[in-house]
Amino acid sequence: MLEKYTKPLALSFAATSLFIIASAQAGELTIYSSVEADNLKVFSEQFAKAHPDIKINWVRDSTGVIQARVIAEKENPRNDVFFGHAATDLLALDQMGMFMPYQPKGADKLDPRYRDKKAPPTWTGLWGFAAAVCFNTVEAAKRNIPQPTKWVDLANPVYKGQITMPNPISSGTGFLNVAGWMQIMGKDKAWSFMDQLHGNIASYTHSGSKPCNQVAAGEYVVGISLPGRAADLKTRGAPIMAVIPEDGIGWEMQGVAIMKGTKNAADAKTFVDWSVSEAAMESYAARVEVVAFPVKTPMRENMPREVSTRMINNDFAWAATNKTEILDEWRKRYDSKTEPKK
Amino acid sequence: MTTADPAMAEGRLAAPKELSDKLVSLLLWIFIGGMTVAILLPLGLLLIRSFRNPQGAFVGLRNYQKYFESTALFEAFFNSVFVSLVTALIVIPIAFLYAYGLSRTSMRWKGIFRAMIFVPLLMPGLLKAIALVYLFGNQGILKGLLLGHSVYGPIGIILASVLWTFPHAVLVIGVALMNADRRLYQAAEILNTSSLRTFLAVTWPACRYGVITAFLAVFVMVFTDFGIAKVIGGDMSLLATDIYKEVVGQQNFEMGAVISIILLIPAVVVFVLERLTAGRQSAQITGKSLPFIPKPHAINDGLFFSFCLIVAAIMVLILGMAQFAALIKFWPYNLNLTLSNYLFDLEGVGWENFWNSLKMSLSAATLGTIVVFIGATMVEKARFDVVASKILHMLALLPMAIPGLVLGLSYLMFINDPRNPLEFLYGSMSILVISTTVHLYTVPHLTALTGLKGLSREIDMVNLSLRTPIWRSFLRVILPTNIPTILDIWLYIFLRAMTTLSAAIFLYTSQTKLAAIAVIHVDETGNTAAAAALGMLVVYACLFFRLMHYVISHSILRHFQAWRGTGKPA
Repeated sequence: MLEKYTKPLALSFAATSLFIIASAQAGELTIYSSVEADNLKVFSEQFAKAHPDIKINWVRDSTGVIQARVIAEKENPRNDVFFGHAATDLLALDQMGMFMPYQPKGADKLDPRYRDKKAPPTWTGLWGFAAAVCFNTVEAAKRNIPQPTKWVDLANPVYKGQITMPNPISSGTGFLNVAGWMQIMGKDKAWSFMDQLHGNIASYTHSGSKPCNQVAAGEYVVGISLPGRAADLKTRGAPIMAVIPEDGIGWEMQGVAIMKGTKNAADAKTFVDWSVSEAAMESYAARVEVVAFPVKTPMRENMPREVSTRMINNDFAWAATNKTEILDEWRKRYDSKTEPKK
Repeated sequence: MTTADPAMAEGRLAAPKELSDKLVSLLLWIFIGGMTVAILLPLGLLLIRSFRNPQGAFVGLRNYQKYFESTALFEAFFNSVFVSLVTALIVIPIAFLYAYGLSRTSMRWKGIFRAMIFVPLLMPGLLKAIALVYLFGNQGILKGLLLGHSVYGPIGIILASVLWTFPHAVLVIGVALMNADRRLYQAAEILNTSSLRTFLAVTWPACRYGVITAFLAVFVMVFTDFGIAKVIGGDMSLLATDIYKEVVGQQNFEMGAVISIILLIPAVVVFVLERLTAGRQSAQITGKSLPFIPKPHAINDGLFFSFCLIVAAIMVLILGMAQFAALIKFWPYNLNLTLSNYLFDLEGVGWENFWNSLKMSLSAATLGTIVVFIGATMVEKARFDVVASKILHMLALLPMAIPGLVLGLSYLMFINDPRNPLEFLYGSMSILVISTTVHLYTVPHLTALTGLKGLSREIDMVNLSLRTPIWRSFLRVILPTNIPTILDIWLYIFLRAMTTLSAAIFLYTSQTKLAAIAVIHVDETGNTAAAAALGMLVVYACLFFRLMHYVISHSILRHFQAWRGTGKPA
């Protein structure tokens, strides 16, 4: 009697567990990316228009997940190209010798800050993303909280319990702020600013855009986050504004690199050449704060115009070298909110 | 394995070893071999990493030393124990009363209350978090209930954990309560025993194993979960989120491995405790058993009805809030309704995620049910091979203690190694099916054991004296009497596979991306409403399969469960 039921079960199991093996063939690229899914859609459609013969298998996830994945796959890499991945993380992978040197066609037109100094370079910067303060005007008015204009304003006790920021240990956006403050204020002043800021922080998040999302939902008044996210949320109807602090903002670059040992080097080069082309830059400029060479694309709605002028002269090498030391100190001082060690 | 009945154990030992016993022994060792490859080898790889530095050099216990020296450890450990313990203490009484109402009273609306158990299992973790924030967050409509405390922190973690573990607890306790012998209650009635005494002398011993198992399972599940704490935990430092910080934040796999090993400690403790209680469990269904039929009792039925109604109302509230979140324009400033959240315009997000999830979940549920049930039967019945059945049981308990993130990472490192003959599985749907089955293995295993323990050893004894081969008693007695348990296990694995990130986060490719992963990706773009909408699509699919399960179990139960006399499915 049981057979009546076990047979269909076994059949359905056999039918559903068909193997799907992913392997990139000619005319096909596997690209790892940490660009947000909405932006990536815009960029990938542009590429498909320019090169319809190359099919791309995107694996897109948050920066940390992609970085952890590629390091775990180090002995047997599965992707051909990295696209839109933070420069600090690309530098770390470069130090492990994971990239194939390649000078993209037309890369000489890029802002020199976006170019790897090696010849030929192993990675190339495409655009930058900067810090911003997301500020909820409705909740601020309810609580009588003033709009900040400089970073140091956030040390004011009036903001107590109203600020969220990404935890620099788990979020690249968190770290670019900490590294930015160190370069803007100097090391000692930056630590004493963070001591005071820590007293006002309601919560440290594990994602760089989450503070802005929380502010847009009225959970908190101030979120240390990204201007692009603030612009999007405002367009969607959130009563928020992106404040770009007058004393300057830290920023991070996102770049492209080819994996050493890729079996699809020709297609990978085609992709990287496209990624620094004017058409590509125009599609980036429609979505991000600042791109590697000037294009005429209008910025997206509600994007603060002062982002590119207030970006600090960021020393990426210094930030990458001192990252561990800074984070160890940060962890000691603030990582357990309930028991701050001074 | 300790046996409750010494005479029984002697009977077993005295019996000559049959050929069928030898075959079962062989099968046991095959299972152990399979699970060693699926669990121990990937974890072993991780363990080795905990003794190395990032450059791969052996550093002995230095990583552990570094971790123990940081003062945050004890705080994280204490916090983890605290939230896990409080969650278990809250959820177990609720789950017990709920399950008791369903199986031991004749209150109304049992079908509806049964359906409500599964609500938290239908919802992806992030969707539950969105609903909780909209209910209890700083703009939440029920914020006042928290008396000024913030939901971000222990309160949020415990709330979300109670919600998440409730179905698991009801499932395990429910199976334990299902097996009751009417004769014992009749005897109690004739002897004019008080209902409290009847409860303590008859009901409690019968379901004690289930309750304790559920308690331990809930404790370990909360202890190892990082998803809830990541979304709603605020700054509360927990061991599981520390792993997230090390692995995803810092790509420091070595320290991540150290914390993962520390995280295994409670699982070992749980294993010991579970063994201690299992030994004292006595079977409830014997050859002479009569099925329990609850008698109407106006006061009891009314009390349990009210209680279940409140719990069910909370479930409806949370599901309703999630649906609302998917339909509004912009929380909390523009609550006009719209369907536009269901139009997803993002790279790598779409219907293919659904088909992938469905394919993966159906396969995992079917594979998992077969493996879990056969495995649990051997653990329970193959007492002639004490060592093997103990090892298999231990391997089955292990996955619960491993966070999905850690399992996924170990799998990736294991499967990606060019020297591994299983390397061809990289990027396949099969690796997602296997890792998900392994990740979810423990709760179904415990459920199956609880169900199997309900069957008396007296029946084993009869089989033994008749020289019935174990496979025949498996097909004729064990399998048919456990149909409700098997169906529940299938549904459980299916729903969990549909809704959890599990270990998939490191194992998917563009062709095998799952809906639960896509929900996270949509939320990362800041479009909470669209994330809720995608999450609700998963809920609709799960609801459909829940209904299918209901229809199938009804028709099957009519065939196999007449002996229970109640005709009511689980």
